Amino acid sequence: MEGLYFNVNGGYLEGIVRGYRNVLLTGSQYGNLTQCENIDDIKMQLGPSYGDALASLPPNPSTSALADKTTEKLVQDFRYLQGQATGSLAKFMEYLTYSYMIDNVALLITGTLHERDTKELLERCHPLGWFETMPVLCVATNIEELYNSVLIETPLAPYFKGHLSHHDLDELNIEIVRNTLYKNYLEDFHHFVNNDSEMAMTPTGEIMSEILEFEADRRAINITLNSFGTELSKDQRRKLYPDFGKLYPEGMLMLSRADDIEGVSLAVSGVGDYKRFFDEVGLNQSSSGVGNMAGGSGAESKSLEDLFYQKEMELSKLVFTQQFTHAVIYAWVKLREQEIRNITWIAECIAQGQKDRIGNYISVF
Amino acid sequence: MSVTYAMGGAVTALTIIGLYMLFNGEGEQFNVGQVLETISPYAWADVGIALCIGLSVVGAAWGIFITGTSILGGGVKAPRIRTKNLISIIFCEVVAIYGVIMSIVFSSKLSLVPEDQLYSGSNYYTGYALFWAGLTVGMCNMICGISVGINGSSAALADATDGSLFVKVLVIEIFSSVLGLFGLIIGLLVQGKANEFA
Repeated sequence: MEGLYFNVNGGYLEGIVRGYRNVLLTGSQYGNLTQCENIDDIKMQLGPSYGDALASLPPNPSTSALADKTTEKLVQDFRYLQGQATGSLAKFMEYLTYSYMIDNVALLITGTLHERDTKELLERCHPLGWFETMPVLCVATNIEELYNSVLIETPLAPYFKGHLSHHDLDELNIEIVRNTLYKNYLEDFHHFVNNDSEMAMTPTGEIMSEILEFEADRRAINITLNSFGTELSKDQRRKLYPDFGKLYPEGMLMLSRADDIEGVSLAVSGVGDYKRFFDEVGLNQSSSGVGNMAGGSGAESKSLEDLFYQKEMELSKLVFTQQFTHAVIYAWVKLREQEIRNITWIAECIAQGQKDRIGNYISVF
Repeated sequence: MSVTYAMGGAVTALTIIGLYMLFNGEGEQFNVGQVLETISPYAWADVGIALCIGLSVVGAAWGIFITGTSILGGGVKAPRIRTKNLISIIFCEVVAIYGVIMSIVFSSKLSLVPEDQLYSGSNYYTGYALFWAGLTVGMCNMICGISVGINGSSAALADATDGSLFVKVLVIEIFSSVLGLFGLIIGLLVQGKANEFA
C-alpha cells in the first residue's frame, strides 16, 4: 500500500537519492584509484563523482584536506535533501543526524572536563551533527552549565533525562556516557520507525528495523569486547545494551555474562551471520581489533570491525532493491561515509608509500 | 475516532426509529424496493456518468503524480530519462481519456422525457445499465491508473540506474495499462443493449 501515498512527500527525494547512489564509486573505480601515483591523480579520478567539490584543493593536498572536502560534499548533499524533506521524512532525517550529535556532544563534554579551548573543539565536530545552538555549548565553563545547556538547547535532551545526571558526566567514563546516549537513541529511533503513523507497517519500518537491530547487536558486541580488562562491572555493562536486536533478549543476557572472547562468541552463536564472523576472525582478534577505520591491522585476514562494516554495507546496498522507503537515505549516507573512509585509506596508503596494504578498503558495488 | 462516534450515532438512531415504527404497526414502510423504484432513472444514469469520468480522472491523476515525482527526482542526476519516461505519463493520461470517451457514449443516451412516461421498464433498464457500466469503467480505470503510476515510477528509477532496464519495465507497464481497456470493453457491452430514454 505504501506505493499509493509514499510519493506525495518522498517521491522526489527518493529519485534524487537514487541518483546519488548511482555515482558511488564502483569496484573498478577503486581499482583505478589504487593505481594512482599521488594525491593529484586521485583527485582527477574522483572528478566524475565529486566534481567541483575538489576543485578548490591546492595541488597535492594533504589526505585530511581531501577527506574534509569529500565530507563537505556529503554534508552539502544531505542538507539539500533535508531542505526538501517534509512530514515524517524530515523527522527521519533529523533522527539520522542525532547519532553525529551524540558524538559531538561527547567530544564537547570531554573538552570541557579537560578544560580545553572549546572553540578548537568545534572545528573537530562532525558537520552532520551540527546544530544551530552548538556554539552556545562552548560558552559553558563547567560541567553543570554544559549539562543544562545540552538539556535545553539540543534535541538530545530525552536521551539524557532520567538516565544521566550532571554528576554522571563528571564521574563516569566518557565512553559510558556516549554509549548510554547511543543506546537511548537507538531505542528511540527503532520505536519511531515502527510506530510513526506514516512509517509503521511499511517497508521503511521493516528495513530500518533490520538495520537498527544489526547496529544494536554490533554495539553490544563491541561494548562487551572492549570492556574486558576494564573496571566496567557486568551490571553496568548490561545497562549499555540496547533493548532490541537479533541478540535480544537471550543473546544479550549471555553477552552480559561473558568473561572472555569465547563467551562472546558463544553468546552470538545463535545468529548465523555473527557466528560466521567470529569463526572467520578466529578467537585471537582481540589484540588486533582495529580495521580500516583505525588504520588497519595490515594482515590479509579481516578484523571483526571490517566484517561488521562489510555487513553494514551489504545491508545498505540491499535497501536499494526496495522502492517507496525512507531507508534509502539512511543507506546512502552510510555508503557515502564508507566511501569517504575508503578514499582516505587509499590516499593515506599512497601518501605513505604503503602500497601493500592498499587493498584493505570495502567496496560493495 | 470521530468516524466511529458518527457511525455509532447513526446506527443507534436508525435502530430506535426502526423499532418505533415496527412496534407501531408501520414496519412495512421500510421498503427498499419502493425506494429504488421511486429514484428517477435520470439520477441513476447521471450518477453513473459522473462516477465514470470522476473515478477515471482520479486514477489518472494519482498515477501521474506517483510517476511524475519519481521522474523529477530521478531526472536530477540522470537528465536523459526525462523524455523517454513521458510515455509513462501518457499511459496514465490514456486512462482519463477512456473515462471521457465512455462518459460521452453514456450521455448520448440521455434525452428529455415527460414525467408520466419516465417510469417505464425501458427507462429503468437504461438508468441501471448506465449506473453500473459507469461504476465498472470508473473503478477499473482508477485501479489501472494507480497501477500504471507505480510501474511508471519504478520504470523511471530503473532507467536512471541502468538504461537497458527501461524497455523491460515498460513491458510490465503496458500490461497494467491494458487493465483499463478491459473495463472499457465491459462498460460498452453493458450499456450497448440499453435504449435511449423515451
